Amino acid sequence: MILSGNYAAAYAAKLARVNVIAAYPITPQTQIIEKLAEFIENGELNARYIRVESEHSAMAACIGAAAVGARPFTATASQGLIYMSEMLWWAAGARLPIVMGVVTRALAPPWSIWSDHSDILSQRDTGWLIFFPESAQEVLDTIIQAYKISEDEEVLLPIAVAWDAFYISHSYEVVDVPFQRNVDNFLPSRKKYKHTLDIDNPFSHGNLVFPEYYMEYRYYIDDASNSSKKIIREVDEEYYKIFGRKYGGLIERYRCDNAEYLFISLGAFSGDIKEAVDRLRNRGYRVGFIRIRCIRPFPSNDIKEVMKDINGAIIIERDFSFGKGGILSTEIKSALYSLNIPIISYIAGIGGRDVGYEDFIKIFQFSYKCFNLENIPEKPIWYGLRVIK
Amino acid sequence: MAIKDLPLEEHYIPGSAACPGCPASMALRMVFKAIGKKMIMVVPACCTSVIESLHPYTSFDIPLLNIAFEAAAAASSGVAAALETMGRDDITVVAWAGDGGTYDIGLQALSGAFERGTNFIYICYNNQIYSNTGIQRSGATPYAAWTTTTVGGKTEFRKEMGEIVQAHHIPYVAQTSIGYPEDVYRKVKKAKEIKGPKYIEILAPCPPGWRFDMSKTAEMGKLAVETGAWALYEVENDKITFNGKSKLILEGKMKRKPVEDWLKLQGRFRHLFVPERDEKRLKEIEDHIDMLWRRYRSWVGIEK
Repeated sequence: MILSGNYAAAYAAKLARVNVIAAYPITPQTQIIEKLAEFIENGELNARYIRVESEHSAMAACIGAAAVGARPFTATASQGLIYMSEMLWWAAGARLPIVMGVVTRALAPPWSIWSDHSDILSQRDTGWLIFFPESAQEVLDTIIQAYKISEDEEVLLPIAVAWDAFYISHSYEVVDVPFQRNVDNFLPSRKKYKHTLDIDNPFSHGNLVFPEYYMEYRYYIDDASNSSKKIIREVDEEYYKIFGRKYGGLIERYRCDNAEYLFISLGAFSGDIKEAVDRLRNRGYRVGFIRIRCIRPFPSNDIKEVMKDINGAIIIERDFSFGKGGILSTEIKSALYSLNIPIISYIAGIGGRDVGYEDFIKIFQFSYKCFNLENIPEKPIWYGLRVIK
Repeated sequence: MAIKDLPLEEHYIPGSAACPGCPASMALRMVFKAIGKKMIMVVPACCTSVIESLHPYTSFDIPLLNIAFEAAAAASSGVAAALETMGRDDITVVAWAGDGGTYDIGLQALSGAFERGTNFIYICYNNQIYSNTGIQRSGATPYAAWTTTTVGGKTEFRKEMGEIVQAHHIPYVAQTSIGYPEDVYRKVKKAKEIKGPKYIEILAPCPPGWRFDMSKTAEMGKLAVETGAWALYEVENDKITFNGKSKLILEGKMKRKPVEDWLKLQGRFRHLFVPERDEKRLKEIEDHIDMLWRRYRSWVGIEK
């Protein structure tokens, strides 16, 4: 089928047989929940649709539904995501399997509806697992995979699948939509867990704890998040066996063999980076690309493994932590602390500003000089910044 | 129904962390008796987050989901939707929230759940303050009442939550008071049998919050009704009926007691009486109650 990223997400939720949808409209996500309403209306999807009055309530309703044993879905973006932030912590703390689509969008003010990863990356400490697909196809595949991962008893953590506003959400591409029976085989209906609310086995979920218990609850979330790495890889392989597509688990390694220099990035502009890598390889540069597919849990070891023999890394990201630097760069630098690899950090594409493969080639050429002169800029470079006085 | 005829069934079990004389714990007993075991309760931040007891214990013998302060109604929508997908129409979903979580921070979610027809009972136990955080003013706090954030007495009158809820035209809206446990029981029992959104508000006099002796909770709940500061009524499909003493007051068969009889017993209104009587504010309170009852009479078509 020819589908946009948003419609691919709606098809994925349908194929996953979600039975409770709680959602609130926000650009550029709205098409997902419109499509799902359509599926329910015409009988293609058997689910309850809770048309909530806010994103905060959307996540609260997903939590209520998951606590009783349903398979919920919601989608949001930007302001909506930040508004539901309190409930994101709640969902992870309550150890409930929930999958959410996040169409990454810049935060106001000033108003902007275009892509920016700061919305979802600002929520990286909530306990949610966070995936960044690169294409509409991967959006569909990742959402189906996400239910399997989230519902695994070793994980039991909610998952956000995040893709770029417009570049992915509204761009159409050929998407292979799997057969329902194959998805049913891959993803059986949701299990009942020990902490699923049940009148025959009553218990209180989330009672007040004293300091003697709280710490353990947090430790187990971290433990589950770490355990999920293995599950994420296994699920990706299992998916490949049935559907013929896999994405490398937590990171995609693109032409990394014998690479001297690596790009590291995530999200929509990965395609342009791959194009830049191909062109640079044709010119004889030994360059590759690590695409971070999953930023939580953070794939420290996967990245280290690929990077241990390289001469320099170029991190390009569409997000920022004010007063510090790029969020992705900060994470990668901390993971690579022991390796002492020169890293140049670029902030690009903020608020949806277009960055193409020519830009990545320029970025590489500049960085290449820096690496050779051993003159590594300490601060992140805001690529294409127009300084206004 | 007399108290002696209430079911012996208890799902409010020993180990509760409630204060002595706590009206919420009295009301919870009635709710559990009226609904029985087949219920799921959703509790936002409120005194009940403590009353239910501390991990790893619980004093409720029913499944309970704790949720964030403003989210009880929305989470209930999720619980109700999940139960519908499972065909479990035998389980009653109850949101149990305080007045802070209902009148103030939870109002948007509450309105949303009522508007979209969630099949649940939302019960607000109204102690007219943020009590769990230690007696701060809420939208339900009455005029002139002392709280830690209105040390000279609240300067505004409370909002009429019952009227806000009635504007949603849901199948069942009721006000009751823990002074009349059998009225609480009857209303919850009735709500259980009705499909769609139901709202019950229970006046819950709080001994430490209102500054009265812990043995007087029920008495304070009765006096609020007898003085007309609180009304017992129920609205079924937009048809309103006043109950108990409120019905007698409404129909002029009983004269409501002066509100001072209720105020005087509460430390939170002490500044209206000592060092000297604050005639101005006492009259304002009395006038406000008169105005409220004129409105009640107009609802039922009794002109006055």
